[in-house]
Amino acid sequence: MERRRSFPDVLAGGVFVLIGGAFVVRSLGYELGTPLRMGPGAFPLLVGATVAALGLAIVLKGLIAGEVVSFGPVPWRAIAVIALAVLFFGFTVRRLGFVPTSAVTALLTTLASSRVRLLTAVAVAAGLTVASTLIFVVGLQLRIPLWGPWLGF
Amino acid sequence: MELLDNLALGFSVAFLVQNVLYCFVGVLLGTAVGVLPGIGPTATVALLLPITFSFEPVTALIMLAGIYYGAQYGGSTTAILINVPGESSSAVTALDGHEMARQGRAGAALATAAVGSFIAGTVATVALAVAAPPLARVALKFGPAEYFSLVLFGLIVSIALARGTALKALAMIALGVLLGTVGQDIYTGTPRFVFGQRELYGGIDFVSVAVGMFGVAEILRNLENEQTRAAVISKVRNLWPTREDRRRIVGPILRGTGLGAALGVLPGGGHVLASFTSYALEKRISKRPQEFGRGAIEGVAGPESANNAAAQTSFIPLLTLGLPAHPVMALMVGAFIVHGITPGPNVLTDEPALFWGLIASMWIGNVLLLLLNLPLVGFWVRMLRIPYQVLFPMIILFAAIGTYSLGFNAYDVYAIAFFGILGYTLIKCGCEPAPLLLGFVLGPLLEENLRRALIISRGDASVFLTRPISAVLLALAVAALVLAVLPTIHKRREVVFAEDE
Repeated sequence: MERRRSFPDVLAGGVFVLIGGAFVVRSLGYELGTPLRMGPGAFPLLVGATVAALGLAIVLKGLIAGEVVSFGPVPWRAIAVIALAVLFFGFTVRRLGFVPTSAVTALLTTLASSRVRLLTAVAVAAGLTVASTLIFVVGLQLRIPLWGPWLGF
Repeated sequence: MELLDNLALGFSVAFLVQNVLYCFVGVLLGTAVGVLPGIGPTATVALLLPITFSFEPVTALIMLAGIYYGAQYGGSTTAILINVPGESSSAVTALDGHEMARQGRAGAALATAAVGSFIAGTVATVALAVAAPPLARVALKFGPAEYFSLVLFGLIVSIALARGTALKALAMIALGVLLGTVGQDIYTGTPRFVFGQRELYGGIDFVSVAVGMFGVAEILRNLENEQTRAAVISKVRNLWPTREDRRRIVGPILRGTGLGAALGVLPGGGHVLASFTSYALEKRISKRPQEFGRGAIEGVAGPESANNAAAQTSFIPLLTLGLPAHPVMALMVGAFIVHGITPGPNVLTDEPALFWGLIASMWIGNVLLLLLNLPLVGFWVRMLRIPYQVLFPMIILFAAIGTYSLGFNAYDVYAIAFFGILGYTLIKCGCEPAPLLLGFVLGPLLEENLRRALIISRGDASVFLTRPISAVLLALAVAALVLAVLPTIHKRREVVFAEDE
C-alpha cells in the first residue's frame, strides 16, 4: 500500500477519540468501585478508553497508510435543513400541535433538495401533513393534540 | 413427532386472520422498500416499530419479520430490471440479472429469483424449526459468564463480515457499546452522561439510533448528487424459464440455499456474505465460467436463494440466544422487550405459540411473496417513478412522528438529528453503521453480564476462562479478531466484496 494521508481516516479517528475521551472524562466523575462490585463508572471508562485508543490508531494509520476514501461532495444545505426540521418537530410538537408542526417539518424537509420548486414543496408538504394526520392520529389513535397551546387551544 | 405438533401449533397461530393480514402487510411493505433504493428494511422496521406496540406480540413480530425478508425479494427486482440493487445483498444479482434483462430475458431472471427465493425460504424455515429448539436448550444452561463471552464473540464476528477495515468496524462497535451506557446505571441507579437532563435517564432510544444512522444518513447520501433515476425499463415478457433454464437453476438454488442457511446464522450481515459467496462458488464450479457477468442464469439463482435462506436463518441466534445477527434483528429485540418478552432461550418454553407462530408465518410470508412478486412485477417497477423529492420528506416526517410516539419524549427526536449527522460523517469516512447499532443494542447486555458474573465469582475475573463454554467462546472471539485483522485474510475479504463495484 502506498504511503498517503487520508483526510477521512483522520476525521473518523478524531471523532472516535473525541467521543471516547469525553466519556472517559465524565466516567471518572462516577464511582468506579472494585472488580467485585463494579461502580457505574467502571464499564464506560473501560469502553471509552477502548474507543479513544482505536480512534488514535485510526488517526495514525490515516496519517501514514490511509485508505484512499475520497470524501466527495457534502450537501450542507440538506444537512442543515433536515437537522433543523427534525429539531423543530421535537421542540414544537407539544406546543404548536400535530398539524402545524408536521406541515412546517415537511415543508422544511422538502427544501433540502437543491432542485425543489416552491409549488412542489408546498404540495408535498400539504399532502404529507394530511396523510400523516390520517395515518397517525385518526388511524393509529396517537395521542398528540392536533392544535397546540401556542395557537390558543 | 414433536416437531410436527409444534409446527401445527405454529400454523394454527399464523393462520389467524389478523396474523395473515399483517404478514401480508409486512411482506408488501418489505417488497416496497426493497424495490425503492434509498430506504432499507432497517429504517422501515425502526419507523414501524412504534405502530406495532398496540398489536398482539406475535402479530407485531410476524409483520416486522415480513418486512425484513420481503425486502430481500424486492431488492432483486430492481437489481435485475434497472441495475440498481435495492438492498446490498442483491448487488451480485445485478451482475447477471441485469445482463439477462438487457438480452430480453428479464422475465426468466425474475422468475428464477422468485422461485429460488421461495425454495430457499421454505427450506431455511424448516432448518430454523429443526435447529432452534436444541440450541435453545443449550442456551438455557448459560450463566452470566457464558453470556458475556457469547455477546463479545457475536460482536467480534460481526466485524469480520463488515465492509471496510476491521479497525474501523471495531471502533464502531465500541462506540455503540459506549453510547449504550447513557442513562441510569442498572445496579446503582446513578444517572450517567445525562447532562442533568431528566429526559435522558431512560437512555438513548435505539429507534432514534437506527432511524438516524440508517434513515437520515442514507437520505443525506442520496442528496449529495441528485440525478433523475434511469427510467429505461425493459418490458417483461415470458415469465416462465425455458426447460434449459430450469435444468440449469436446480443445482445453484440448492447450493445457494445450503450456503445461505449456514452463513445466515453468523452475526453481522450474513445474507450479504452468503450471496457473494454463492456467486463465487457457482462461477468456480460452472462448466461455463466465461458466461458469468454476461447473463448466466446460475448467477441469479444461486445468490438469490442464498440471501433469502440467510434472511430466515438469521432468526436462529435471535430466537435461541437473544443475540441479534443483523440490525433488523436488533430492532426485533426491542419489539420483544416492548411486549414484555425477553428474547432468548426462554421464548421457546414460555411462549411456544409465539415462537412457532413466527416460524410458520415465515413460510406463509414466502408464499405471499411469490404471489406478490411474479404477477405484480409491473406494479413494483412503476413504483420506481415516485420522485425522491416526495419520498425523503415522507421518511423524515414519519421518522420524527414515529420516534416521538415511542415515549412522547422530544429528546428521542433530537437524537435522530444527532445520529443522522454522526452516522453520515462516519459513513463518509468509510465506517459501516451496522456494527454501531449492534454494539448499542448488545452493550447493556455485555455490561450487565460482566458485572453479574464478577459478583457471582466474588470479583475473580478468571471465571471467564475457567468455565469451559465461556473459555471456548472467548478463544473463538480472539481467533475471529486475529483473522479479521490479519492483512492476508483482509485482502481476500476485499476480493469477495470487490465484485460488487
